[in-house]
Amino acid sequence: MKIAVLSGKGGTGKTTVSASLKSSIENCQYIDCDVEEPNGGIFLQPEISNVYPVMVKVPEIIKDKCTGCGECAKACQFNSMAVVKGNVLIFPELCHHCGACILACPEDAMIEVERQIGVVETNSDESFMHGKLNVGEPISIPIIAMLKDMVKDDGNVVIDCPPGSSCTVVESVEDCDFCILVTEPTPFGLHDLNIAVELVKKLGLSFGIVLNKASENSKIINEYCDDRNIDILMEIPFSRKIAEAYSKGILPIEADADLKKEFGEMFRKIEGKVLA
Amino acid sequence: MKQIAVISGKGGTGKSTLVASLSQIVNNKMTADCDVDAPNLHLLLEEKDQQKWDYSGAKEARINYDLCIKCGICKDVCRFGAITEDIVINNLKCEGCNACVVACPQDAMYLEEVNTGWTSVSTTENGTFAHALLDTGAEGSGKLVTEVRKKIVPFENGEEWLIIDGSPGIGCSVIASITGTDAVIAVTEPTKSGLSDLKRVLDLAKHFSIPAFVCINKFDLNMDITNEMEKYCVEKGFMVVGKIPFDPLIVKALQEYKTPVDTGDQEFIDEINSLWNKVTEYLSQ
Repeated sequence: MKIAVLSGKGGTGKTTVSASLKSSIENCQYIDCDVEEPNGGIFLQPEISNVYPVMVKVPEIIKDKCTGCGECAKACQFNSMAVVKGNVLIFPELCHHCGACILACPEDAMIEVERQIGVVETNSDESFMHGKLNVGEPISIPIIAMLKDMVKDDGNVVIDCPPGSSCTVVESVEDCDFCILVTEPTPFGLHDLNIAVELVKKLGLSFGIVLNKASENSKIINEYCDDRNIDILMEIPFSRKIAEAYSKGILPIEADADLKKEFGEMFRKIEGKVLA
Repeated sequence: MKQIAVISGKGGTGKSTLVASLSQIVNNKMTADCDVDAPNLHLLLEEKDQQKWDYSGAKEARINYDLCIKCGICKDVCRFGAITEDIVINNLKCEGCNACVVACPQDAMYLEEVNTGWTSVSTTENGTFAHALLDTGAEGSGKLVTEVRKKIVPFENGEEWLIIDGSPGIGCSVIASITGTDAVIAVTEPTKSGLSDLKRVLDLAKHFSIPAFVCINKFDLNMDITNEMEKYCVEKGFMVVGKIPFDPLIVKALQEYKTPVDTGDQEFIDEINSLWNKVTEYLSQ
């Protein structure tokens, strides 16, 4: 079973929930798809033994063949090339690696060369995997795609998603059996929870909610969920102790055995929903 | 007009709270929320005279089935798996890259602009404010960020500052938020994750040669890491311009749609004033 953990808003506790869930169930693979700012490793402390470069294909001009006709720049939708005085300039970081320019070139004057945008790192049995986008690179999708290709077919998988609600999140949650939406009881949390709910509904995925930093102010989220018949799978209380443990890279389940049990129970609840 | 972007790497460290507070303290400024995936700043502001524009920032491939002979070339050239065996476009996967259009021997394919969100500019008690929302799951957050920043420019009326609320991460939308700004303020928290993400976001600012300042929120949550952060900043030449204590009252204020400035938290107000003075002093040199 593949479970994605997302939130819309950043900093609500995606990594806390996904790393805790991974540690509470047997035989589970953890994949950190927040490749811009991966943090799962801080809590799970994997021993990285494999490092794979993530390569993308970008165009290069064969100068002898190029006539400077500009068909490549016309075909490109991402402004990754420009023709100045008959010379083609390529801006590789804007390239979406689609190959349209290659197809458009009437002179066969373009080839594709490989360029590294980041890495995927795993431990020896690949029960832990994360990706890292190189600083300065705008496009992270190919790294997420590579991580998703390495998902094991059998066993359980927890996918820690990037914040937001755009294409990187879609790529991360795709093909998952269930989504956990993590939120916090603030107007910001609620606003962005609603965005995340819209997203998973649009994608036709089943989902439930983990309410993090729950307090006497949780009403704002409870009412939202009651009105829409959305299941709150679990609550993690607001506590300075949990925040302090988090700051040191310690998961709340390590300090609280009951909480670990609750994560196990949540997993079984999700299993029941998915298999039903 | 000088532009300052508030970013963080890690989400939830307090970007919007800081920007909302700055917008109450700084005179003569405009603000723009450039977190277009999950904008929050407007929740703390009362908007008036809102002008709104549809945004079509993406294109998608379309098929003219009168001309299509289902040869499958489009499906073969598509690198995003957006065309099915039966030659139907999957809109969520289509990047609008044009490869299928170029490859189609029947000229049966074309790109169509699609609406992927909106932008708006409004008046608030604390000056002109722009924000936007990307449709859920859509492509092109970075382009929409650029559009928000473009949209507010014609409304400039002698303002000295544009304060930008950025998004988490270091990818396209963050790059679009900081490109061409005069400085960035990185808001962080003293956690291992916060430190790891701070380093990457400061690297990003350096990569684009933008001066960067650091604000440590909830600094007393873990003094060891706060000290480590300060040491790191000294070594790398970044100035720590503010340190805000962990205070559940700040969360409580936010729960009532109020900033710590609204609730009259004097210690907080003094700290934000001092932060802003340090940044502006540097920029005036």
